[in-house]
Amino acid sequence: MRISRARLLFLQAMVAVAFFVIWHIGSTVPIAGVYFLPKFFFSTPIDVIVRVYQMFAGGKIWGHLAITLWETILAFVIGSAGGVLVGFWFARKPLVAMVFDPYVKMVNALPRVVLAPIFMLWLGLGIWSKVALGVTLVFFIVFFNVYQGVKEVSPTVLANARMLGMNERQLFRHVYWPSALSWMFSSLHTSVGFALVGAVVGEYLGSAAGLGYLIHQAEGVFDVTGVFAGMVILAAFVLLIDWLVTLVEDRLLVWRPQSAAGQA
Amino acid sequence: MAAGATYAAAGAGVAPPPDAVVALANVDIAYRLADGGTYVAVEDASLALRAHEFVAIVGPTGCGKSTLLNAAAGLLKPAAGSVRIFGAPLAGLNGQAGYLFQQDALMPWKTARDNVAIALEVGGTPRAQAVETAQTWLARVGLGSFGDRYPHQLSGGQKKRVGLAQVLIRDPKILLMDEPFGPLDAQTRQIMGNLLLDLWSRDRKAVMFVTHDLEEAIALADRVIIMSAGPRARIIGDHAIDIARPRDAAEVRLDPQFHEIHRAIWNQLKAEVIKAYAEVPA
Repeated sequence: MRISRARLLFLQAMVAVAFFVIWHIGSTVPIAGVYFLPKFFFSTPIDVIVRVYQMFAGGKIWGHLAITLWETILAFVIGSAGGVLVGFWFARKPLVAMVFDPYVKMVNALPRVVLAPIFMLWLGLGIWSKVALGVTLVFFIVFFNVYQGVKEVSPTVLANARMLGMNERQLFRHVYWPSALSWMFSSLHTSVGFALVGAVVGEYLGSAAGLGYLIHQAEGVFDVTGVFAGMVILAAFVLLIDWLVTLVEDRLLVWRPQSAAGQA
Repeated sequence: MAAGATYAAAGAGVAPPPDAVVALANVDIAYRLADGGTYVAVEDASLALRAHEFVAIVGPTGCGKSTLLNAAAGLLKPAAGSVRIFGAPLAGLNGQAGYLFQQDALMPWKTARDNVAIALEVGGTPRAQAVETAQTWLARVGLGSFGDRYPHQLSGGQKKRVGLAQVLIRDPKILLMDEPFGPLDAQTRQIMGNLLLDLWSRDRKAVMFVTHDLEEAIALADRVIIMSAGPRARIIGDHAIDIARPRDAAEVRLDPQFHEIHRAIWNQLKAEVIKAYAEVPA
């Protein structure tokens, strides 16, 4: 279906406008004497916007954002590094992969939230317990992708590289590594997203800083406006990170068919 | 099985010519099946490839002609028999040979130029020099201005050209080609055939060219080897093609001599093709 960009943007904006109008009317205009969306539970859109503005104007929010961002980055980097290493190791040593297979499945099946209290006991209330939670999420995504990437290198490409005279080290550098990286980057959005989930959930469950902490604090005093303001900031933050990831991805995966739309 | 036995006995006694570049002697190639049995793809194949000789191997689908090529490349170890390269038994991969695959074999994450250059770089050539030589080779296969393209941005024929440059840049003594132009359309195949003949005529490497297309085989080769239908495929024919060179891969098909040779070989091949289809539904 063909639709102009302006028209699409307009329709998308209309959804937001409708949402806010319904929210605003429901929470501020009594219909037959009853508030359809009581302020106490739903706040009002104007209050939320004002609160968001105050948080940025007051300047305190930046410190919390920095903490959450830092936790996300650490979780992503450590989780990815571990996933790449173990993924390669398992893919190149089938025996190791077979031995560990049931344990990997078991740990991956575990809802990661239940690990949060353990990490808090081990690592304290600082950033590292949140990083650890994010790492357990990111690690498995990257691990499975790298494992698949190394195992599913095209046998023809591999045979060709061998016939060109590549030794094991050169095969790693020119064949296995790029293949694994492409799989890893294809899951970049997911793994960065999960790093952030780990950080925020960790903060929510116990911390003294970060976006998750702000939301939890507001919730603790029934400050619904604060909860919604935190959610709005979190959503904007996620969109920003996702946009950055897309930029990185477009740069790194130029050789991929889907990133070269319009090419013959 | 009386006929088969005589053939095997005859094959066992034939010594490869002393100037053979590739000599397969009484080669059996078998696969282990999932149910524990073995599938014998090729049985008692003896074949000698001399220097500067262009040999085409033709046979019905699934006759194991590619398998034979892989044995010469060292990608497959024969279950019995010997493979000698320049008189020395082959151990591991055949370092003297360049191999052009039927399927896409280029590294998708490298540009056309880098795909060609890497073939020199793995041998220790400095990168700048390898890239320069790669550019020359790309121009030689008609892709001088396509160096920055990634494989997915190239057509099937263009990918084959890059593959040809990648193989030839290393200047191998032997060229092994596994239905290299199989996936291409008829016109492109003839153009690629001419490109191959043109590049080959410069130094006449020994070529082993596998194809299911008898016309292509006659148009290109000095000798056409016919294989029987598998399993237990055998070499059943060896025909010299004495059409004068240089040839044009398209025009040679109009030559009366071409028709004569084609008729003679086709009569033999036809029976095998029918047999192959009877056993393996297409």
